[in-house]
Amino acid sequence: MAEFLAMGGYGVFIWPCYALSLGGMVWIALSSWRRARRAAHRLQEMEESRAADRSR
Amino acid sequence: MFDYLANPTRFMRLADLLIVPMAALAALLLAAGLYLGLLASPPDYQQGDTVRIMYVHVPAAWLTTLGYVALGLCGLFYIVWRHPLADIALRAMAPVGALFAFLTLVTGALWGKPMWGAWWVWDARLTSMLILFFFYIAVIALANAFDTPERGSRPAAILALVGLVNVPIVKFSVDWWNTLHQPASLVRSGGVSIDPAMLTPLLLMLAGTHLFFAVVVILRMKALLAERRIAALQLRGITGEAG
Repeated sequence: MAEFLAMGGYGVFIWPCYALSLGGMVWIALSSWRRARRAAHRLQEMEESRAADRSR
Repeated sequence: MFDYLANPTRFMRLADLLIVPMAALAALLLAAGLYLGLLASPPDYQQGDTVRIMYVHVPAAWLTTLGYVALGLCGLFYIVWRHPLADIALRAMAPVGALFAFLTLVTGALWGKPMWGAWWVWDARLTSMLILFFFYIAVIALANAFDTPERGSRPAAILALVGLVNVPIVKFSVDWWNTLHQPASLVRSGGVSIDPAMLTPLLLMLAGTHLFFAVVVILRMKALLAERRIAALQLRGITGEAG
């Protein structure tokens, strides 16, 4: 395990590459997903209240 | 097909159908690529274990470049046909492309330090990639520089299109100039020039990263389309149900 983490002495260069790439990808995927979900909810609320207004 | 998909509602219906299988496939490809890249592939005879940086650096770099081609084409579609979906796609792509440009530069620096002895050199490949990163940033800034977002669409589209001239410079910089960056090693005139043990994880990561890009861009397009609709409804509310 320690040998795997050391990566032939290059671990300090290799692991930050993987950590940053993974972190960046998770961050942009999650933030995009949340934004889409939030907008969809808000839109649904607005359309429901418009429909309610109209039927009144 | 373009005409059919140019309708935002139809596009979104198709996107909703495809996004889950696409995301699952992207995750599968990336997981397999990570396993092979980190555990099941050998170190390089010259570069040792640092060759494993290739499995994140090269896919990020390809995606930055191809993503910019897509961005420039969206700009062209928007300028010529004024299609709102092209503007939405451009706005959705630019931040994701900028992230991958940043990752390309950072992973490149982390590879350059142990192999070249320098984090950064003003080499043609590195400099043109840095310029591509700045183009992405400038497109984002210009698209969002106005009070009404639509006013930024045309300037951003023009800038995205102009930036396309930099793409062949990035691609061919390693052939046109004598660079420190190594030339293309995946495919040379003699065919594929890399061992299958390294080629397989690289191809898996390439496919996974590009599919990931498509999934995130679709999510962002959904968000932007819904936000536009919300803004339109709010405006209609203010002007007193005129619509």
